[in-house]
Amino acid sequence: MTSALVTRRSVLAGTGALVVSFSSISRALTQTLDTGQREKPPLPGSLKENPFLDSWIRIEADGRITIFTGKAELGQGIKTALLQVAAEQLDVPLASLKLITADTSQTANEGFTAGSHSMQDSGTAILHAAAQARAILVVEAAKRLGVTEETLKTKSGAVIAADGRKLGYGELVSENFLHLEAQPQSPLKDPASFTVMGKSTPRVDIPAKVTGGAAYVQDMRLPGMVHARVVRPPSYSASLTNVDTAGAEKLPGVIKILRDGNFLAVVAEREFQAIKAMRALSAAAQWAQKPSLPKQSELPATVMALPSQDTAIIDRRQEGIVAAKKLEATCTRPYQAHGSIGPSCAVAVWNEESMTIWTHTQGVYPDRQAIAQMLRLPPEKVRCIHVEGSGCYGHNGADDAAADAALIARSLPGRPVRVQWMREQEHAWEPFGPAMVTKVSAALDEAGDIADWDYAVWSNTHSTRPGGAGSLLAAQHMAEPFALPAPKPIPQPEGGGDRNAIPLYHLPSARVMHHFLPAMPVRVSALRSLGAYMNVFSIESFMDELAEAAGRDPVEFRLKHLDDVRARDVVMLASERFGWDSFQRRLGRGCGFAFARYKNLAAYCAIAAEVEVERETGRARLVRAVAAVDSGQTVNPDGVINQVEGAILQSASWTLYESVGFDDTRITSIDWSTYPILRFDAVPASVDVHIIDRPGQPFLGTGETGQGPAAAAIANAVANATGKRFRDLPLTRQRIKNVIGV
Amino acid sequence: MTAFRTLAAIIGLCLVTAIGFVAIAWRSPIAPVPPPNTASFDRELLRRGAQLAAAGDCNACHTAPGGRAFAGGRALPTPFGTIYSTNITPDPDTGIGQWPEEAFRRALAEGVDREGRQLYPAFPYDHFTLLTQEDVSALYAFFMTREMVTATAPENEISFPLNVRMLLAGWKLFFFRQGPYQPDAAQSAEWNRGAYLSEGLAHCGACHTPRNRLGAEKASERYGGGEIEGWNAYALNEASPAPVPWDTESLRLYLKNGWHDAHGVARGPMAAVVDNLATTPDADIKAIATYVASIAGPVSAERQQAAEALVAAARNPAGKSASGTETSGEHIFHATCAGCHESERPLPFGGVNLILSTGPSGPNPHNILNVVLWGLPPADGARSPIMPGFAASLSDQQIAALLSYVRARFSDKPAWPDLEKKVREARNAGRPDTVYPAHGIDPAEAMLNRGEGP
Amino acid sequence: MKLKVNGSEYEIDADPDTPLLYVLRNDLALNGAKFGCGLGQCGACTVMVDGKAIFSCLTPMLVVEGKEITTVEGLGSIDNPGPLQRAFIEEQAAQCGYCIAGMIMRAQALLQKNPDASDAEVRAALEPNLCRCGTHMRILRAVRRAADLMRTAAHGSERRAP
Ligand code: FES
Ligand code: FES
Repeated sequence: MTSALVTRRSVLAGTGALVVSFSSISRALTQTLDTGQREKPPLPGSLKENPFLDSWIRIEADGRITIFTGKAELGQGIKTALLQVAAEQLDVPLASLKLITADTSQTANEGFTAGSHSMQDSGTAILHAAAQARAILVVEAAKRLGVTEETLKTKSGAVIAADGRKLGYGELVSENFLHLEAQPQSPLKDPASFTVMGKSTPRVDIPAKVTGGAAYVQDMRLPGMVHARVVRPPSYSASLTNVDTAGAEKLPGVIKILRDGNFLAVVAEREFQAIKAMRALSAAAQWAQKPSLPKQSELPATVMALPSQDTAIIDRRQEGIVAAKKLEATCTRPYQAHGSIGPSCAVAVWNEESMTIWTHTQGVYPDRQAIAQMLRLPPEKVRCIHVEGSGCYGHNGADDAAADAALIARSLPGRPVRVQWMREQEHAWEPFGPAMVTKVSAALDEAGDIADWDYAVWSNTHSTRPGGAGSLLAAQHMAEPFALPAPKPIPQPEGGGDRNAIPLYHLPSARVMHHFLPAMPVRVSALRSLGAYMNVFSIESFMDELAEAAGRDPVEFRLKHLDDVRARDVVMLASERFGWDSFQRRLGRGCGFAFARYKNLAAYCAIAAEVEVERETGRARLVRAVAAVDSGQTVNPDGVINQVEGAILQSASWTLYESVGFDDTRITSIDWSTYPILRFDAVPASVDVHIIDRPGQPFLGTGETGQGPAAAAIANAVANATGKRFRDLPLTRQRIKNVIGV
Repeated sequence: MTAFRTLAAIIGLCLVTAIGFVAIAWRSPIAPVPPPNTASFDRELLRRGAQLAAAGDCNACHTAPGGRAFAGGRALPTPFGTIYSTNITPDPDTGIGQWPEEAFRRALAEGVDREGRQLYPAFPYDHFTLLTQEDVSALYAFFMTREMVTATAPENEISFPLNVRMLLAGWKLFFFRQGPYQPDAAQSAEWNRGAYLSEGLAHCGACHTPRNRLGAEKASERYGGGEIEGWNAYALNEASPAPVPWDTESLRLYLKNGWHDAHGVARGPMAAVVDNLATTPDADIKAIATYVASIAGPVSAERQQAAEALVAAARNPAGKSASGTETSGEHIFHATCAGCHESERPLPFGGVNLILSTGPSGPNPHNILNVVLWGLPPADGARSPIMPGFAASLSDQQIAALLSYVRARFSDKPAWPDLEKKVREARNAGRPDTVYPAHGIDPAEAMLNRGEGP
Repeated sequence: MKLKVNGSEYEIDADPDTPLLYVLRNDLALNGAKFGCGLGQCGACTVMVDGKAIFSCLTPMLVVEGKEITTVEGLGSIDNPGPLQRAFIEEQAAQCGYCIAGMIMRAQALLQKNPDASDAEVRAALEPNLCRCGTHMRILRAVRRAADLMRTAAHGSERRAP
């Protein structure tokens, strides 16, 4: 093989960009030559949209290396995992790397940090960019040292020759060194040689978080910063008829009261002054409201009665199936909240006709576009910088708080404005995970196998994320409001309400209907795992019912219908580690099992759960859970375990306790009294997560794989413990007691 | 001779009295039986038993904090020492599994256990004695079908001579009248039903009537307000300190839901009572409300008017800003209380507007003190009011300052004397477990209970 | 008004009813105590006053005058973390981490009073504090580990004492 071939095919006039095709050390070269005349295969991960290597990696002459990602740290540990990937492929110590996350003036546009996509999109991009950058460095070093690439090694940020000569990466770079378009193929390191990837690595963000370091947007203190509070309307339907601001204006420290239609806010020098002024303003505000919400007690019926757009997402039902047994079930899920522990917050400053916003949004670019539209500014005039907030679990109030801050800051040029939402504002105004209904019926054949499957899900959209100003509360409340864009279903294969509505099981005859409901009586959007939570709960609960009807063990029944080897592996591992076969059911104690592959294309997860149900009170408690996960190539095993543990506990909380309350006019779940979640007294005795690592396989993402299986495993365990099936979420003590009480 | 005779007579009299006393006090054991087959009970009987057990608040005393239902072991402080509730699950060795129904009946009706021992009236058999045969049978069926729990309560901490159970027979001679309930023909059937339940199973008077030095309810001050576990059980008669007087309808809603918008949320031991009443049939709740309302009698027009003014004031958001005296009590109130108690958060989960609460107007500050010190703990996984306790953050003096401010601002009663000392006493008594979490006040869950739920 | 925070005295110029939380965060620029609810329902704002865990969101500045206030910053630093902080790092006991400083302070108050707290006691003590990320298992492990660290440290110093 010849030495590296760096062909400068062309220099694009005007941009100065070099489009370079390079190859090195083996595979890539042949590939490039082979595909020279044909159409290039797509670039991996987010390189597709952002192909330049220096969108991801920049190396300074002094050897400092900065990694860029358009994704944001949400507490999922993505910073650490991305740094591991870069460190591994670049052969540099992780601690020497700097990472810049989502910032519209520095990083690539990677849309939202959502859907367990960060490793797939950004992780994959950085993996390949780093590998290619390393190859380019080697090529450059070979040239300078006058040796062939094969004789060179990379280590700790330097290229080392066989004779010991050494060139630091910094010495090798020149201006625009990595301003090259990535190639489809990369000289990736052999997973067997990994020293960083695949090894549990302490998260880079944790030390500051446990010692009081500045870690969150809430912690920002800019010179001259003032504190704002918004007085949100008492309900969706409310409009501000009158407000006497005189009292609040006179309060100490008050700088400004801003009213724009139904948008009402106050700014003060000090934070508690702003709170007191907000209370006074709130007491002085008069609102006209009308009952606009459905009856909570009739929620499932209301959901089913909404006009729907129906799509068969699979339709291969066969006629004339002979069924030995037929079963059917209807499951319901209420609206559920993200309920971040820290209410949303943002800081914005309006300086010389441009707006800078520090926000914990999941999407700096979409947020920028929406806020620019709201302020009627060109997007270049708005910069959104991601700073961590409290865990978000989807589309919570972050974008709205950013819009609030921007709107208020524009009225106070030069002064940074910090807007902190109050607890009740976060609860009442965040977009909830939608209420859903599912119906399933199935037939078993003589052998006890599934012969026919008919499933339907009714749901609102699972994303009303900023796709325009109309998604933002402030923009909806302004005197010249922006309308909420018409909701659209998220198409398969990922799906929204129909995410994971298609079982991964082998089904000879099946139909799955998605009834998409455009009308949204309650504000909704993306909540961690979207429809997968409810669909997996429904499907996996029903699988247990079918297994029982077939007289078969639930795990064995699932395996019987699973062809995918990786799926079978997680199922077998979870059941083995749980001790499924030897579990002794006792009065009030039961076990349950569930499995899903998130979105049918991301991580595989199987969970076995043990549950205790107290008969007198109906209280169900998760005692123990064992999970097996396959998320492809594992980067940070402890990070994966942390995510899945979290998913199980959060899902246990959703499943056992959570529902958003409302009356005919307003949301009544406005704090932790009215929206109870898991507390320490109900924390299980143990949660074990086992990883099946697949070195060299694509990253599958982990953050959202556990919610659905955890819910179903718990519900199945409750059914096992009580002998009764509960199909309406959440499985509250009252619901259980009503059935098993006497 | 005379002296001898007198002595002999005295001794004789004593002996006769003693023999007579023992004859009364000594009760024969009832032979144990093997635990009944749980399947032998009729489901309808069980269902009624469950409702009755709830109305009787049995679980509140017979369940230790964090313990298994009905397994006993809860400490009940009395002026005579601490009594521990017993295990009433059907465990044959440590519970009542070997009790025949007859023994169960005798315990309720006469205050004597299966082995013939006299029971302390902390177990309110002076009320339960009013129960009908059928209700006792239903309760028996219910308890015999509970989950068996092996648990033995700690020894009572009662000193001599009160630990001699025989003496309780003497107490009974003076203070105990055996049932069953005798209806009052002059009253309506609903009233009688209410009286039967309130006086009997629900044993309202056990807490709401003051007790004499021997621990018996004072017949002359029925429902004049008593004390339980360091809490006021407010007077239910004309001495009721509620700012807005109770009537049948408000009582009905309060007992049914655990809160009322002109009164606030039940707390302390009453929280457990209303939690239980959530499953009591509406007609029975209404009957209890009718009876209890009749204890106080009709409300004067004047009082009614004052009450309406209070409710109106509480609804006016602009009236909520404080007077501006800037005392430390007021500062504390602003920072710690106003966020909930002067906000738009509606009951039952938001803080009650204190003008309406009985706490600031009570005869003593016990209840408000307990709440301020220990807070209202969250119910697990159910909607419930949460209030943090301030025992750790506020000193006695600071709490006293806060309560003086609250008393002055939210009631028209004179200041409570010795407030700081009372704070100290309540703090030292240290019974945070007496603030029961409220599980049953979620309106949505109440709908589930009535089968109207989602 | 004078406040003693993490061993140092500060003169604070704010309204006396200002909750300690805002004084710590804004006047003293300490990030540890977090705003979560302002209602005493979540524990994100937990700090220690005279050795007891309190909700700083509901504690007016005036009531802590002259008392020892400790925040998570007072337990150690990023370069020299205290036992609880070390344990939380070693157990990787955080996801978003927003609740963690509050958890640490409540655990600190418990372990200071009861170094041998049982698992049940730890759970009971942490009951007022919420975590939404589901980090509970690790938080419990970290508190146990910290208790061990503190015990070994205590033994060590006992042995070293003359
Ligand atoms: S912020 Fe203080 S308890 Fe939630
Ligand atoms: S780690 Fe995120 S709330 Fe606890």
